[in-house]
Amino acid sequence: MSINHSKETHYPAKESFLSSFFRSLTEEIKAALVATLWFCFLTLPLVCFRINANTQKIDYLWERLPKVAIIAFVATLIWRFLRKRLSFSHVKDTLDEVSGPPPDEARGPGGSWVTYLMAAKHKKLYAILALAFLVTIPFWVSPYVVMILITALIYICLGLGLNIVVGVSGLLNLGYVAFYAIGAYTYALLNHSFGLSFWICLPLGALTATTLGLLLGLPILRLSGDYLAIVTLGFGEIIRLVLTNANFTNGPSGIGGIAPPGLFGINLNATVKPFLVNLHLMHKDMDLNKVLIFFIMLLMVILTIICVFRLENSRLGRAWLALREDEVACQAMGINRTKAKLTAFAIGSTWAGLAGVVFASQITFINPSNFTFMQSVMILSIVVLGGMGSIPGVIVGAIVLTLLPEYLRGFANYRMLLFGLLMVLMMVFRPGGLIQSTRQVYIHKPLENKEP
Amino acid sequence: MEFFRDLFFSGLTKGSIYALIALGYTMVYGIIALINFAHGEIYMIGAFTALIASMILSSFGLAGWGLLVLVALIAALYSAMYGFTVEKIAYKPLRESSRLAPLISAIGMSIFLQNYVQLVQSSNFQVFNNIIPDISFIKAGSIVNKTQFMIVLTTALSMVALTIFIKKTKIGMAMRAVSQDQVMARLTGVKIDRIISSTFIIGSVLAAIGGLLIGCSMRQIDFYIGFLAGMKAFTAAVLGGIGSIPGAVIGALILGFAESFAAGYISSEYEDVVAFVLLIVILTFRPTGIMGQATTQKV
Repeated sequence: MSINHSKETHYPAKESFLSSFFRSLTEEIKAALVATLWFCFLTLPLVCFRINANTQKIDYLWERLPKVAIIAFVATLIWRFLRKRLSFSHVKDTLDEVSGPPPDEARGPGGSWVTYLMAAKHKKLYAILALAFLVTIPFWVSPYVVMILITALIYICLGLGLNIVVGVSGLLNLGYVAFYAIGAYTYALLNHSFGLSFWICLPLGALTATTLGLLLGLPILRLSGDYLAIVTLGFGEIIRLVLTNANFTNGPSGIGGIAPPGLFGINLNATVKPFLVNLHLMHKDMDLNKVLIFFIMLLMVILTIICVFRLENSRLGRAWLALREDEVACQAMGINRTKAKLTAFAIGSTWAGLAGVVFASQITFINPSNFTFMQSVMILSIVVLGGMGSIPGVIVGAIVLTLLPEYLRGFANYRMLLFGLLMVLMMVFRPGGLIQSTRQVYIHKPLENKEP
Repeated sequence: MEFFRDLFFSGLTKGSIYALIALGYTMVYGIIALINFAHGEIYMIGAFTALIASMILSSFGLAGWGLLVLVALIAALYSAMYGFTVEKIAYKPLRESSRLAPLISAIGMSIFLQNYVQLVQSSNFQVFNNIIPDISFIKAGSIVNKTQFMIVLTTALSMVALTIFIKKTKIGMAMRAVSQDQVMARLTGVKIDRIISSTFIIGSVLAAIGGLLIGCSMRQIDFYIGFLAGMKAFTAAVLGGIGSIPGAVIGALILGFAESFAAGYISSEYEDVVAFVLLIVILTFRPTGIMGQATTQKV
């Protein structure tokens, strides 16, 4: 511990953090100024000299330097502030541990009604209310919003699937998008060549992805941690390169004209839509096929949540958690490591396959550039941002990461930059994610009437 | 036979570049057991800095060997600074956390740097002028051209220098000590933070040289070159047994030859597939790589 924080002052617990920070404010500003100088020098060649591809000359952009300086200064101050607070709370925690936990009343005002509302008996009611709200959404929003929401639901599904592999089992899979691609291409190819319908392809896509997950799982079972990460990354690239170069997938131009899912052969847009629009129950440009996909996705997400929740608390889920914590110890406890790893891989891939089929039916045209490494990173960011291993966390992460870019179009250029930054900052300041997963705790309560 | 010879030398060149990058991966892994995903980006930044420096310096009339050496120095300096800063921001605060955290932070850093260069420069390919001056004994009809010759020579010299550095100098000895046992090294008075920083700096300098050379040989660069090259170099490091310096070189050369021959005799479209299939196959049979030693995990 001491090597990391050796330069930082250890504050007495009684002094408030803010006052101690401001006491050393001049010091902080001095450090921030040094950092600003460093960053200005560091970014000088890349930021201030830009190659003009047309003239093959250098454009000098000195006006960018003050911006860099300001950003660097502010960012360093914030960084140091947060780092200090982090180490401060560590010290405080340790002190608390020594002197015993604070009494319950000290946990903050209003704790009682929050706990009342969060009580388990209300959970069902909330779930039903939320569901009822979600079901009405397509009837009062624009078609564009429905498209975004379908994307968000697909990412929730993907996030929950990857969460099994990365969050619960601790196997870093950087090629998750490969299974998503497999699902999408299974549907696209079967629909294109044999005219198979969405409902037949949905299980088939899942099956193909699961099989591939098993196939990939077999050779890499002996690998752990970092090796696994790089092999899955390589696998994702192999799949993408094959899809790009093979003839049967139509190469980089992809497959178009994929049929939307049907509902007992009813043409929804011709029969049901006029009726709904006349009653002012639906936007007049709404494509009912998309609404159907929205409902399919909603159902799928609900089923996924139930499945994942049940899995996590099953014997298998416990085995995965043990695997994540310590492989050797987990084997020593009699857990079949091979089985646990393979099932985690295969089950995680199943959801990617399902989501892939729905994705193909939603956008009706797919090509390999839909399935790049950046997609894998996006799904991984969802899991990391939300909180590894936490179901509500992953849902929140997926919603934030899919909706934010849609509503912050102005920042489109900075999207990936901010993603990268977010991943670093989350790991440094809040490694558990937005909603940290909580372990089920069994409390042993001693009998109260023991003492006379 | 001529075709074979050409493929051989292109494989050797490719392998040499991979080796320069792979050394950075393997050294960092050897010391703090972390895949430095941002290393490929450091190489890309080295290439960009070299390009900008060469354009500015040549506009002042500098040319020949002086230009090459100066550009290499500037690229190495900046890459080293980037490597140092990345370590301080993304890895140092996470040294005591779980194994997954620094890995994810590294991926984040890699994405950040890629997009940073894309934003401040451009997303187009940039023409890179070959600044390697003509070498008198390499004529137009020679087996290798001047760029290939320089790449192989520079890589070989860097390997020798690095081996001497690791074996003979005090910092090199401290590096070996830290990679063997961090706690023990600290007890004997080794300054861990400084050693880790210098490892990142050395790796980044090698990557910058690789970036300069790849620019001279491919004649064009963009912000994305670091990703694939980094991945290949890491593959090479894993093939050879990560943490082992000769292993990285052997792995890189194997990978370079495999890719070059696959492109020549099978299909150039599947060049990259071959690299990753090779990785999966070798790791299946030798999970610790060619030169890596299996260690028993203790609980």
